[in-house]
Amino acid sequence: MAQHKVNYLQDGGAPIVLTTVDKIVNFGRSNSLWPMTYGLACCAIEMMASGASRYDFDRFGTIFRASPRQSDVIIVAGTLTKKHAEFMRRLYDQMPDPKWVISMGSCANTGGMFNTYATVQGVDRIIPVDIYLPGCAPRPETLQYALMQLQQKIRRNPASMRQKAKRLV
Amino acid sequence: MRQYTPKNDIQKKSYHTDRFYVAPTLAKEPVSNDSTFASDLSSLSNVVEVKDAYIQAGHLVIYINKEDNVSAIKHLKEIRAYNYMMELSAIDYIATQGGFEIFYEMLSMSKHKRLRVKCFVAKDDAIASVEPLFRMADWSEREMFDMYGVTVKNHPYMKRLLMPDDWQGHPLLKTYPLIGDEAAQWYEVDKIFGKEARDVIGPELRDAAQVDRYDTQRFARLGHEVPKGTDITNGNEPDTPIRYQEEGGVKLFGKTLVTPFDEIETKQLKERK
Repeated sequence: MAQHKVNYLQDGGAPIVLTTVDKIVNFGRSNSLWPMTYGLACCAIEMMASGASRYDFDRFGTIFRASPRQSDVIIVAGTLTKKHAEFMRRLYDQMPDPKWVISMGSCANTGGMFNTYATVQGVDRIIPVDIYLPGCAPRPETLQYALMQLQQKIRRNPASMRQKAKRLV
Repeated sequence: MRQYTPKNDIQKKSYHTDRFYVAPTLAKEPVSNDSTFASDLSSLSNVVEVKDAYIQAGHLVIYINKEDNVSAIKHLKEIRAYNYMMELSAIDYIATQGGFEIFYEMLSMSKHKRLRVKCFVAKDDAIASVEPLFRMADWSEREMFDMYGVTVKNHPYMKRLLMPDDWQGHPLLKTYPLIGDEAAQWYEVDKIFGKEARDVIGPELRDAAQVDRYDTQRFARLGHEVPKGTDITNGNEPDTPIRYQEEGGVKLFGKTLVTPFDEIETKQLKERK
């Protein structure tokens, strides 16, 4: 039996960490963002490069999932055509809450150079977007920065808060 | 859709117009210059009526009646060894001639020769499918129908190839507007949310270079973020410096784990270490 007094609240004391529910929930959410593989055009190449070993998205806890049911964030990587718009909306609706959207590249942001009859002029006409990522195509570092911005946004808000209308913060 | 008008000079709004301008075309040679093509043509003219034939850029071009397209292509494939269909589609001549020109590009692998069979189809007329002869015609004819509205008879699966099934209009017609008619512009809104959502979502923003500083519904200015929809027209937007780390480190692990990075307090080295 130890005779000396142990201060449990100091470092090296009992393995106890004090935090709030919001912080621990947001810690989990923001560090395990599973994006849906949603490559639509050339931006998808950059998205794949981000996921591969050189840029290594896994260190953010970001593991690409092939199913909307398992994903938290959808990265719209490429040109969204009007034919595909309804499927995109359906996949977004299938994702469980809470969910976030990164619009990657000029085409997804505004339609980009495809000022035509068959291109959706910005995916925010279809689904609410959290992060608009400019570039044509954005480099993998840029996509990682967008994801870090999204992580900060998640950590800033209370975990129990109902999701509000979306824009870049 | 707009009215049909000839679009020959739509981009020719110059100060000076040459009244005697003739659009350049490649030179046409007589078929007798090439012995292979000459024998092909004489063999084909025994089967179908050949209206015109010449050699252009090394291709034999044959004009036939539209009723003869299957028999002519069957003859060229099975007797004259043009065993590869490279391409088929239509050209819009509605404004000048009231119909489409259908062309079939064929290649002979053994003779190393290419030829083009052409026929004219009036606007509301249909053409027989060559899908029984060449499987590639399946999708090509569907694309031709999709893009030009040319109906194909005896096709196994006649529906649009590229555009959605409920699309209105045929996009490669000369009269089709570049940014689409009303149905095209509101297509995704009408289909997903319904027509009543048009007022909420608004028309398409077609000017990609347009930047509205005071629009807080869409993009935010980096470093000056405000909540969505805030009125900043009187200049009351806060400065929010960009921070690259969590403020004050990651709280869960204590401040010792991560050194807080502050862009403002960061020192820049005078020279490289």
